[in-house]
Amino acid sequence: MSSGSTMTYGPQQSFVPVSIDLHSLVRRSVASLYSHLVTRPTGRALRLGIESQIVELGDRCLSVLDFRQVVILDYSCADEAVAKLVLRYLQDDRPADAYFLARGVSDHHLDPIEAVLARYHLALVAEVDELGFTLLGEVEPLERYAWLALQEFGVASVNDIAARLHADTAAASAALSSLARRRTVIRKAESPLYCALPALLQASA
Amino acid sequence: MNVIPLPASLDERTFDQVVRAVDAAEGARVLFDATHVRWVDPYGMVGLLCSGSVAKRNGELPLLKLPDNPDVVSYLTRMHFFPHAEAIFELSGTPQRKSGHEAGSDVLLEVTAINSHQDVHSVVDLVNERGIAILTKQLLYPLREAFQFSVILSEVCQNIIEHAEAPGWVATQTYTWTRKLGGKRVVVIAVMDLGIGFRKSLASTHATRYPEGGWTDAAALESAFMHGQTRHHDPGRGQGLQQIRKLVARWGGRVSVRSGTARIADIPAWDEHGRTLETGLPHLPGAQIGIILPARDTEA
Repeated sequence: MSSGSTMTYGPQQSFVPVSIDLHSLVRRSVASLYSHLVTRPTGRALRLGIESQIVELGDRCLSVLDFRQVVILDYSCADEAVAKLVLRYLQDDRPADAYFLARGVSDHHLDPIEAVLARYHLALVAEVDELGFTLLGEVEPLERYAWLALQEFGVASVNDIAARLHADTAAASAALSSLARRRTVIRKAESPLYCALPALLQASA
Repeated sequence: MNVIPLPASLDERTFDQVVRAVDAAEGARVLFDATHVRWVDPYGMVGLLCSGSVAKRNGELPLLKLPDNPDVVSYLTRMHFFPHAEAIFELSGTPQRKSGHEAGSDVLLEVTAINSHQDVHSVVDLVNERGIAILTKQLLYPLREAFQFSVILSEVCQNIIEHAEAPGWVATQTYTWTRKLGGKRVVVIAVMDLGIGFRKSLASTHATRYPEGGWTDAAALESAFMHGQTRHHDPGRGQGLQQIRKLVARWGGRVSVRSGTARIADIPAWDEHGRTLETGLPHLPGAQIGIILPARDTEA
């Protein structure tokens, strides 16, 4: 795990970006002999390892799940380590205010990640080889367009996004609110501004 | 003594005839006569271990008379069949003993017992280490799909641990298939267990939806194979078989699951005699999964 400098994002909104190398975490948390992210118990142990790192960091963080060293990822492990992790932090009683972003996602990781996200109707921001930052999982078309527009702006208001999409403000607002509820964008407290997760990450680099 | 002459080709097509003969033995001591076996694939090999185990459960230690063809014995040796067979059968004839663990250039995975998740990790490690070259060079799979092959193996092996509540075996091998597909190379995967089977595994959560007598092996297989249902209430469960079906279909392959007295399969166009659902088969406990993946036509 490596954490970057804290990024202040409005009053009482500081995010600690934390990079979690899944390959090395599985070797530390599960067994030093395991080099692939396969089986349900491995995924479960990985999720618990990530959760304990988030707790160590305090209340608010952007957790970067780094797949660069991961060769094999199966569906059972992805279900436990990705889908159930994201799901846990969508709940009202989540242990911390954590957001997730997957990095180093290759073509061969996409099937398992997309399949497990679809199973729970989840979405996840990911940096995918040759695609750049994208939104994985199930989202409505307008939400996807809104996410892409916000990604271009970095930080934007509902009006900015509505204007970019030639959509009415209410529809753009609903799309951004939904994305925020799904923790794929961050809504700035007491402000009409939304922030794209990659922008937050780049700002802290 | 009940003598079961094993067919010359021991594979999925002839497996039911061996099971039927074991069923008919009704607990009498069985001699599995492999004298005239000329061809055996992973399904036949692991299936023989299952059939022998059932015969052993039903009565006395079964006998296995080894093939008279030294090439077949040599192949069984390379596939590490005998260490597993010795725990099930009394062997008649002498298996070859080889020093070391040289598997050969076409063996993706020798017969391997699956008892725990640790075994699944070992299988994935081994196939990833050894199989990538075979899959990309012999079968012309792009690297991405070669990795997905390991995912398939991982999921089918976990199926044993999650649903069978009993140990099982896996084996996989590549061949040039002269019988179909115009002499293409194929990968054959066999994963089998003698556990509780799909009907019992799903009964507590699904049987009540069926009329009396309607919860059959075929109904259970349809629930799991076609609809991804499991005994768990967790929506994340049951994806393994569904994703395997998706990948196998994408690659033009065939996948079948036999459990109890039924078999369900996804049949590709090249398998003109294949049947999607078979019922009334001779009973065998547990689940037996067979996958055939043809080589790609061109290098990606």
